[in-house]
Amino acid sequence: MGVVFEQLINGLTIGSFYGLIALGYSMVYGVLKLINFAHGDMFALGSYVGYTVLVFGSALLASHFGLWGGMIVVMIIAAICLAVVGIVVERAAYRPIYPAGRLPAVVSALGASIVLQNLIMIFWGPRYQAYPAAMIPNVHLHIWGIHITLLQVVILLLSFLLMTILYWIIQRTTFGAAIRASALDRDTAALMGINFNKVIFFIFTLGPALGAMTGVMVGMYYRQISFTMGWNYGLKAFTATILGGIGNLPGAMFGGLILGVLEMFGAAYISAAWKDVFVFLILILVLIFRPTGLFGEKIAEKV
Amino acid sequence: MGTSRRRIVFLLLAVFAVYPFIVSNYFVDVGFYFGVYALLGLSLNIVLGEVGLFDLGHAGFYAIGAYVTAILNTKLGIPILVLLPVSALAAALFAYIVCSPIIHLRGDYLCIVTIGLGEIVRLALINNPFDLTGGPNGVFGLDYPTFGGPFVIDTSMEFYFLIWIMVALSIVGLIRLQESRIGRAWNCIREDEIAAGANGINVRYYKLLAFVLGAALAGVAGNIYASKLMCVSPESFTFWESCLLFCIVLIGGMGSIPGVLIGAAFISLFPEIFRPFAMYRMLVFGMVMILMMMYRPGGVWPRKRGGIEFGSILSPTRKAHE
Repeated sequence: MGVVFEQLINGLTIGSFYGLIALGYSMVYGVLKLINFAHGDMFALGSYVGYTVLVFGSALLASHFGLWGGMIVVMIIAAICLAVVGIVVERAAYRPIYPAGRLPAVVSALGASIVLQNLIMIFWGPRYQAYPAAMIPNVHLHIWGIHITLLQVVILLLSFLLMTILYWIIQRTTFGAAIRASALDRDTAALMGINFNKVIFFIFTLGPALGAMTGVMVGMYYRQISFTMGWNYGLKAFTATILGGIGNLPGAMFGGLILGVLEMFGAAYISAAWKDVFVFLILILVLIFRPTGLFGEKIAEKV
Repeated sequence: MGTSRRRIVFLLLAVFAVYPFIVSNYFVDVGFYFGVYALLGLSLNIVLGEVGLFDLGHAGFYAIGAYVTAILNTKLGIPILVLLPVSALAAALFAYIVCSPIIHLRGDYLCIVTIGLGEIVRLALINNPFDLTGGPNGVFGLDYPTFGGPFVIDTSMEFYFLIWIMVALSIVGLIRLQESRIGRAWNCIREDEIAAGANGINVRYYKLLAFVLGAALAGVAGNIYASKLMCVSPESFTFWESCLLFCIVLIGGMGSIPGVLIGAAFISLFPEIFRPFAMYRMLVFGMVMILMMMYRPGGVWPRKRGGIEFGSILSPTRKAHE
C-alpha cells in the first residue's frame, strides 16, 4: 500500500510539471488557436536560466535566502527572464504572421522552437548540465512507512498555488474576463473595447513565466537538464492539454496530473519501457470516445 | 501543358539527369536525400496538401516501410525490389487500420492523435517487440537492390537515379490524380468538409484513401532509404522528422507539387550549404523558416487552379466569409 501511495506522489509530481507547462499551451491555444511549439523550449530555457543563477549566485542565495528561499528567488528570476523572452518570441515570430492564418503560424512556431533550442545549445553546450547539489534542498520524509522527499511536497504545494492564482486571475478578475472573451470570439471582444494586444501580451508573459518556474522545479527534482528536454516535456504537456480539452485551463491542469499518474503507474505495474506507448494509447482512446477531451465542451459544427 | 511549361520541365529533367555526372559523390548523396525528402513530401502532400488533414506523425508510415523492408530482407532474404511494393502495402495497411477509428477527428485533435501514432511506432521500434526490430540499434546488413544477374544498385549515382525515377513516376501519377474526380473530391473536402458531404462526397472514404495512398508512398521512400543506408534505426523516424515533412509541404505551398520539390530542396540542401556555419546553421534554419512564413505565408509556389489561388484556409479573408 505504501508503495502505491509513493507512486501516486511521484506521478502527481511529474503530472504537476506537465500541467503547469500545459497551461501555457492552453492559454495560447485558447486565444490564438495556435499550437505554440516554442513553449516547450521556453520551459527548457527557463530551466537553464535557473541553472545559471544557481551556479553563479549560490553563495549569495544561500547566505541571504537559505535553500528554500533561494529556490523561490531563482524561480522568480527565471520567470521574469522568460516573460521577456516570451514577448520577444511573440513579437518576432508570431505577430507578423497572425494575419496569414493558422498553418503558416505552425511553421513559424516550429522555427521559433528550433531557434530557441539551438540558442540554448550554443550558450550552454550540448551536454547535460547538473543542478548544483549543494543548492537543492534534500530532506527525506518517512510518514507511516511512506518515503517521499520534502521537495516533492513543496513542488506539489507550489504548483497548486500557482494554478490557483492563475485560475483566480482568469475567472475572477476583469482582465481574466477579457481573456475569456477573446478566446470565445476575438472580433466581438475587440468591438466591446477589449485591447487584444494586451491580452496577447498577458498570455505570452504568463505562460512562459509559469514554464520557467516549472523548468527550475524540474531541474531541482531531476538534478540534470538537457537542451532537448523542451521537446519531450512539450510533447507530453501538449498531450495533457488535449487530454483535458484544449483551451480549458483547469482541464489542462487535470490532464497533466492524470497523465503523470498514468505514466508512473504504467511504468511501475505494466512496463517501464512501454510507459509512453501506454500514455499515447490512452490519449488516442480518450479522443476516439470523447473527441473534445475529458473536460472539453461539446462544440457545435459551424457551417 | 503549354509549350513554355513543357520547356521548363525538360530543362529540369536535363538538370537532374546531368547533375550526378558533374558533382562529387558527396553531393550525389545530397541529391539522393533531396529525392527521399521529395518523395516523403509528396506523400504527406496528399494528406496535408490535398485534403488538409493535419498529419504530424507521417514519419511513422515511413518507419513501417523501412522496417518491413529491413526485417523481411535480413530474416527471410527477400530481395529489396520485391519488397518495394510489399513495404508500400504494409504501410498502407497500417494506415488503414490505425486511421479508420480516428478519421472523424478534426483539425488539431487529428494532429495530436497522429503525433501519438508516430511516437507509438517509434517507441515500439525501440522496445524491440518479438526481437524483430533490434531495439535502439535497429536492423543491420540489408542487401542492395538488384534486378537479378550482374546489375546491382550499389553506387551513389545508381541510388540517385532510383529515387528520382520513383519521384518522377509519383509526380506523373499525382498530377493525374489531382485532375481526377478523386483529386477534386479531396480539394473540396479541404475547402469545406460539410459542403463536400452535403454534395454527396463520401468524406470518410476519401480521407482514408488519402491516408492510405500517402502512407504507401512513404513506405516506398522507407524501402529505398533503408536499402541505401543498409540499416535502419528508430532515431531516423522521430517526431522531429514528421515536423520537417510538415514544413516541406507548408513552405512549398499546400497541394502544390513544384512547391513540394522546393520545400524538400530547402530542408535537405540548406543544412548542407550552410555546413561552414557549423553550430549556427540550425539557428539560421529556424530563422529562415519564420521569415519565409512572414513574406510568403501561402508557400513559395502556391497551387493555382483556373487562375485562382488555392488554399483559402490560408487566406486572411476567410474569416469574413464565415
